[in-house]
Amino acid sequence: MRDTKGFKIYRAVVLTVLGLFVLVPLYVMATSSLKPLSDVQGAFTWWPSNLTLDPFVDMWRTVPLARYFVNSTIVSVVATVFSVAIAILAAFAVSRFRFRGRTVFSTTVLSTQMFPGVLFLLPLFLIFVNINNSIGVQLVGTRLGLIITYLTFSLPFSIWMLAGYFDSIPRELDEAALVDGCGPMGALWRVVLPAARPGVIAVAIYSFMTAWGEVLFASVMTTEANRTLSVGLRQYSTQTNVYWNQIMAAALVVSVPVVIGFLLAQRHFVAGVTAGAVK
Amino acid sequence: MSVATEKAPAAAVPEPRATKKKRGPDHRPGLSRKLPYLLLAPAVLLELLIHIIPMLVGIWMSFVKLTKFFIANWSAAPWAGFDNYRVALDFDNAVGEGLLKSFGVTVAFSLITLALAWCLGMAAAVALQPPFKGRSLVRTLFLVPYALPAYAGILTWNFMLQRDTGAVNHLLVDNLGLVSDRPFWLIGGNALVSLITVAVWKLWPFAFLTLMAGLQSIPRDVYEAASVDGAGSIRQWRNITLPSLRPVNLVLVLVLFLWTFSDFNTPYVLFGTAQPPAGDLITFHIYNASFLTWNFGSGAAMSVLLLIFLMIVTGAYLLITGRRSRRA
Repeated sequence: MRDTKGFKIYRAVVLTVLGLFVLVPLYVMATSSLKPLSDVQGAFTWWPSNLTLDPFVDMWRTVPLARYFVNSTIVSVVATVFSVAIAILAAFAVSRFRFRGRTVFSTTVLSTQMFPGVLFLLPLFLIFVNINNSIGVQLVGTRLGLIITYLTFSLPFSIWMLAGYFDSIPRELDEAALVDGCGPMGALWRVVLPAARPGVIAVAIYSFMTAWGEVLFASVMTTEANRTLSVGLRQYSTQTNVYWNQIMAAALVVSVPVVIGFLLAQRHFVAGVTAGAVK
Repeated sequence: MSVATEKAPAAAVPEPRATKKKRGPDHRPGLSRKLPYLLLAPAVLLELLIHIIPMLVGIWMSFVKLTKFFIANWSAAPWAGFDNYRVALDFDNAVGEGLLKSFGVTVAFSLITLALAWCLGMAAAVALQPPFKGRSLVRTLFLVPYALPAYAGILTWNFMLQRDTGAVNHLLVDNLGLVSDRPFWLIGGNALVSLITVAVWKLWPFAFLTLMAGLQSIPRDVYEAASVDGAGSIRQWRNITLPSLRPVNLVLVLVLFLWTFSDFNTPYVLFGTAQPPAGDLITFHIYNASFLTWNFGSGAAMSVLLLIFLMIVTGAYLLITGRRSRRA
């Protein structure tokens, strides 16, 4: 359709420039993770002259990376599971019922998404400290505190996106299920959810990415016991040395699962964003 | 969990009525009135605990003298009235001056990052609009910086921007010979350039993703009709693509603005606790002001001011764009 010569040149230029912009940091990350420490501490070279896999072995010893990995995994998985389940219920209510307070709920929830995290950080920290002092539930320095916080972070966008998805599923389908003797929850479980699977997948990925990559709250709410990867990776810079090769190796390892998950499901993610945006 | 919430309200409905009107939740008043609230309850509870109540507590905090002596016993903190606000907005003293400078840096950072991310996203979305061999591969590659955990990407840039061992100076000084002295990127005046570069790298794929989704909704025959009429690529973009993307752009620009304005990850991971004045973004500034001095009252007042500013900008933006589209 627009295969003019000018357009082809334009496309070639755009793809080359943006391709380099995206690829160079990824290339630096990958090659530096294969260099010995002396090479990353000297002048930079584009081509690694001494290839070694040592950074991938040493990185587990320099800092307790395995523990950070376990913490991040538990926090992200549990937060995702609860966030998706809670978002499904709320989105179903918003999409399928007309009730008093529906608009208030939708606008309030969505507007919390736009406020900067630092606004909640100080009060939440204070509330968590005082909950611990008064009823003894430890929320600062535990995984539980992080899980509750992160699952709430992804809720507004998840509810909004799923409600958009549910709206696109014809109501006649649930009504047919109701005639067949399902309750409304049966209709949700047997009819709406299977039809909205791409949306649910997209929301789950979004929740997981949110929790896995969060830095601000992790930097305040974690101690050595519940430290997650986002803060833990800073431990490679000690007073005497910065282990750049191990940092790059660790950054690569913690990124791979998320990137693969996102790219495998990107189709659903795009569809989910579009369904939400079309509204 | 879902089974339990289904049974509880159903039991409250009198049997005969439920069987008489046998269809649909809308025909069973007791159930249909309670069920949506039950479905919303977990979400509302969490929103209250993590978002709404902390926000109200934050507003309260901004009116008390909440220093480190009162953290564990906050109810004993003395009332400060508007003192925290007065200090934050007194641009002649150090605290207010720092906040004002940080605000200026953040405005510049936010607008430039937003503009660049939008332009790159648009350029790529248009380039990938007509199908070609390898298109989905390119699209996948372009999304990687967005899919990467933020800290992993920023740490890589941190390494690349090191003065003596980084890839950026190696390219500029050793390979291209553009500058003779190795510039510092993470301290001094260049910190803002570094911040913008890293933030654009992370964010432009989101603009690309959104605009690409918007382009899919434009039917092809519109372009074909335009080419028949002799409209070139640039006129097609201006007269068809841009107007069709208007609703998408309205949301995208606002979201990009709000995100960049409250970006914390980029300065925090890039600079650590050393905050170069040229890269002192506002959330980073508030964070340091609160946790280095443990003066939460002052930090809360700054957060509330930030919130008020964002609400005014958002409100004005929605008002202006709403009025313009009604006139159109």
